[in-house]
Amino acid sequence: MERNHLILAVVAVVALLIAPHLLYSVFLMKVLCFALFACAFNLLLGYGGLLSFGHAAYFGSASYVTAHTMKVWGFTPELGIIAGMLAAALLGLVFGWLAIRRAGIYFAMVTLAFAQMVYFYALQAPFTGGEDGIQAVPRGELFGFIDLRDDISLYYFVLALFLIGFFVLYRTVYSPFGQVLKAIRENEPRAISLGYRTNHFKLATFVLSATFSGMAGAATVLVFQLASLTYVEWQMSGEVVLMTLLGGMGTVLGPVVGAALVVTLQTYLAPFGAWVTIILGVIFVICVLLFRRGIVGEALARFAFLKNDKAQLQRSDVAEATVTKEAAHDPVKPL
Amino acid sequence: MNYRRTLAYAAAVALTAGAGTAAAEGPVRIGVMNDMSGLYADLAGPGSVVAAEMAIEDIGGEVLGHPVDVLSADHQNRADLASTIARQWFDDDGVHAIFDVPNSSAALAVQELAREREKFFFISGAATSRLTGDSCSPTGVHWTYDTTSLANGTGQAVVQEGGDSWFFLTADYAFGHSLEEDVSAVVEEAGGQVMGSVRHPLDTQDFSSYLLQAQGSGAEIIGLANAGTDTTNAIRQAGEFGIVEAGQRLAGLLLFITDIHALGLEAAQDLVLTTGFYWNRNEETRAFAERFNERTGQMPTMVQAGVYSSTRHFLNAVEEAGTVDEAQAVMERVRANPVDDFFGDGGHVREDGRMVHDMYLVRVKSPEESEGEWDYYEVLRTIPGEEAYGAMEDGGCQYVN
Repeated sequence: MERNHLILAVVAVVALLIAPHLLYSVFLMKVLCFALFACAFNLLLGYGGLLSFGHAAYFGSASYVTAHTMKVWGFTPELGIIAGMLAAALLGLVFGWLAIRRAGIYFAMVTLAFAQMVYFYALQAPFTGGEDGIQAVPRGELFGFIDLRDDISLYYFVLALFLIGFFVLYRTVYSPFGQVLKAIRENEPRAISLGYRTNHFKLATFVLSATFSGMAGAATVLVFQLASLTYVEWQMSGEVVLMTLLGGMGTVLGPVVGAALVVTLQTYLAPFGAWVTIILGVIFVICVLLFRRGIVGEALARFAFLKNDKAQLQRSDVAEATVTKEAAHDPVKPL
Repeated sequence: MNYRRTLAYAAAVALTAGAGTAAAEGPVRIGVMNDMSGLYADLAGPGSVVAAEMAIEDIGGEVLGHPVDVLSADHQNRADLASTIARQWFDDDGVHAIFDVPNSSAALAVQELAREREKFFFISGAATSRLTGDSCSPTGVHWTYDTTSLANGTGQAVVQEGGDSWFFLTADYAFGHSLEEDVSAVVEEAGGQVMGSVRHPLDTQDFSSYLLQAQGSGAEIIGLANAGTDTTNAIRQAGEFGIVEAGQRLAGLLLFITDIHALGLEAAQDLVLTTGFYWNRNEETRAFAERFNERTGQMPTMVQAGVYSSTRHFLNAVEEAGTVDEAQAVMERVRANPVDDFFGDGGHVREDGRMVHDMYLVRVKSPEESEGEWDYYEVLRTIPGEEAYGAMEDGGCQYVN
């Protein structure tokens, strides 16, 4: 499994390195930012089993902080991004600490309520510029000498940010910490009886997820040079849920695929205006009806199913075959 | 529809870029960006695209020997979306000039990008005077109207009639802020008094709490510093609250003919407003309006007429300059040529990007006075351009001073 991951990772990185020469780089950067956002969200939903309906708060607040520090205080891009991530982490710590006391729908509602508070703060606070947002944020020079005004060099910077974030999240999932997290997701009372302080694990996950959502938000500011209310609106929270579910929650690659799909649709269906939302809705309904595990989740399940079929041919034990088939439908080993 | 054209063009750009040819003069491509489905869709929207297409037809369909392409997009009143679309148009789709862009927040975002990339931006729909003030651009032209001219028109007129205590109902974004600021300045200069203001979010349906505050303020005049359906909703609901009967007066600071059409003359009669264009003013304006009406089923607003006029002026300047890639050469022609059409009537483009032309202070007719559909305005006064737009030095445009 590990070797497969490595091969896949090398192929993906090579593809991403040459991508800006084939496709519009700003579009690719947008995909990367949202893929990172969805990955961070997926850590909480897919592995922690916590459905936050207010992740836009971390994405958006980080974007405002990065935009403000870079535009008004003259921070360099790397400092601006760190400031944004810190703001998101702090917000995640406070909101997470309060929200993890509840589970299920109540958890979702509490996170949504906090996110709405952030939204109204952003609407009214003087430094956020209300409906106008913070515009014309300079991209600046990375470490003082790499000019990010060039789209291609910015692309490689955003790619590096994405890879760092993705790698950290991947390592988290496949660490003992990640194993405990999955145990909590599957059966919390049992994890408690094994001696784990589940609330600590949940809070740590929440903060980690918020921090990397913040990284995604900060990177978006560099790309589009503005921070606006769109990034803190509840629709943004919904969008990241959509991306994660479409791609396949609880899989490492699912959110990336989901984000790429949603951003591509939004970009290329833009001439149809308000219809984009309806088309996305229809796709979501189809996804829920036909492949509930999401695109990557379903592909993995099919893959595992095929493997098991081959194994069955050698055994020709009917009773056992049904058992293996059923086993294939259980949550599969995530890719 | 546009999407396919965009794709074809993107492919063409990719090919020419690959061939490594120097900037050859290809077809001139313009983009009309506005609110296609929301609260500003009637006053700009698809009608602005029709206006741009009419302008291209009227100059013969070709500039620099190639047919002119028109793209269009819906920015849904979001500054971030406007910026994304503009970026893609400039970088990837080879758009040379963007037109219209109502919603001041969106226009400010596009202005930044256009200035950075030395592309042309002809603003018709957006109002904030910051576009020729602290956010001015050497390649940006503000065509139809702005908040200064509204303040000098409607604001001035209302104060002169004796309305000297004001309360503002302001749309909470760049446009509303500018308009409130500019009108307040006019009111205070004339010795009037601003008693306060309340801000409402863009696209508000329920104005009751804001109207009650306005009522409670005791001001004689309630200035509506908003636009589109926000203004019409506020006027309708003010009627339901009996605000006008109780002695306060409403001043719609920005009203378009489509708003009057939506309100109906019964509700709108006697409102005084400032406009940059009225279709029923003379032979030429009527001729244009009839053609426009045939295609869209409505009379052109000043924004749509402004898109026509600015598109035509821009394309003529490009033809004369013989290039579209050298921003300076084109802008020289844009500034040197007088705007001699039914819209501009001898207007000219100032150094800071302001197109200075006459504005009209009009009064909405009563149902009895109106002689037919869309016959809504009686022109009270023609405000000379210099008076309406103020001096360039007061604008605060950096590169001019």
